[in-house]
Amino acid sequence: MLKKRLIVSLLLQNGQLVKSIGFRDYQIVGSPQIAIQFFNAWAADEIIFLDISTSREYTDLVRKDSVFPELSSLIEIVKNSAKTCFLPLTVGGGIRTIEQMHELFSSGADKIAINTQAVRTPKLITKAAERFGNQAVVVSIDARRKGTEKYEVFIDHGREATGFDPVDWAKKAEQRGAGEILLNSIDQDGALSGYDLPLIQGVSEAVTVPVIALGGVGKWGHLIDGVKAGASAVSAANIFHFTEQSTRQAKKYMANEGIDVRL
Amino acid sequence: MVVIIDYGMGNLFSVQNALRALNADVLISNKPEDLQKADRIILPGVGAFPDGMKNLKASGFVSVLEEEVIKNKKPFLGICLGMQVLAGIGEEHARTEGLGWIPGIVRRFQVPERGFRVPHVGWNDVVLTAAGKALFAGVEQNVFYFVHSYHFVSDDTAVVAAWCNYGERFVAAIHKDNIFGVQFHPEKSQKNGLKVLKNFLTC
Repeated sequence: MLKKRLIVSLLLQNGQLVKSIGFRDYQIVGSPQIAIQFFNAWAADEIIFLDISTSREYTDLVRKDSVFPELSSLIEIVKNSAKTCFLPLTVGGGIRTIEQMHELFSSGADKIAINTQAVRTPKLITKAAERFGNQAVVVSIDARRKGTEKYEVFIDHGREATGFDPVDWAKKAEQRGAGEILLNSIDQDGALSGYDLPLIQGVSEAVTVPVIALGGVGKWGHLIDGVKAGASAVSAANIFHFTEQSTRQAKKYMANEGIDVRL
Repeated sequence: MVVIIDYGMGNLFSVQNALRALNADVLISNKPEDLQKADRIILPGVGAFPDGMKNLKASGFVSVLEEEVIKNKKPFLGICLGMQVLAGIGEEHARTEGLGWIPGIVRRFQVPERGFRVPHVGWNDVVLTAAGKALFAGVEQNVFYFVHSYHFVSDDTAVVAAWCNYGERFVAAIHKDNIFGVQFHPEKSQKNGLKVLKNFLTC
């Protein structure tokens, strides 16, 4: 049986691992290197790196007393992680070109995630799928509630409205060649009150590629809700930090609830 | 020395990292002549079948590979696309001729859309056959990471080393003489995957 996946999303800002709340407030967690080592050891099924930096200045903000080397670019972080992490790595954030994707793949990324540029130039999805295979192309969608029943896709760190409905956009992305959809909720980001379930359900029903749910997990039970809403994989970010064995605990909880996971 | 073939298709770095973690002497190379120095050859691959074959041909690897693997019997491991190109024919995007070392065809999953999303992404159980003894010896848990939309349909089931199920039964690994292939990514399957790579290094 194909297992349900538990995916750790690691948000990077200028080379530091951060927690995000509402796509607006960020708290530094520390070095991505140590996080990778923990999650590799704690039975996480995949890692997603999302570089949410709005500037490309890396080292200035890194703590000088860190025992981990300063890394000056996303490529370096990926290369470094891939040395110790024998798990699938997805990398996203600021990817605009096929060349950038190629560089990430040759640095150890297994999949790339595109969001803003996929909306601006949907042809990029097709080009990427033709070049690297559909399975290596994740289209990441950030959605925000609009009124009581509707949603809208936002790009550029949640700052720019697109007028797209996430269900329609996910379908288009799939037709263009997306191999997976990473679905994040701007409203639920950092809210700890659970995934946006109607959003996950709507998109999961509309596409045939796997949907990864993200945004809002505050307790392990929320992971179960995400699976029940139709997600092929459940992801979270903030909750996995600062807790010993966090991903292993989460998977044990899922297994006890009858979900087939890799323990 | 293990040579990983660089033909512009994917996750070479990951495979190299995994082999280094196993203390193997590894070289990533885009020069066909390096295969002559190799003790073992790995053909990785993330990408589409036609591009993979086109790049292999354009970089001059095909004839050297045939010399070293088919004639000189050097142990060979194809990973994901690297296993698929062993087939005679690939059906991804356009019908394309493969290396044809192991008769078969590479075709898309033919599974119900509901319940079986394609690509097949994630960790899945594999079931070993008698041909799987060498590659899977000592593996604790036969659960590996897959990510693919196409799979290898072998004409001869005797070469199948392991099966996997996803709406239909499909080939997870093959073994014929000195030729091994895995549809999953051992370099991404944590300790069980590393064990498979170790078995290849010691076969």
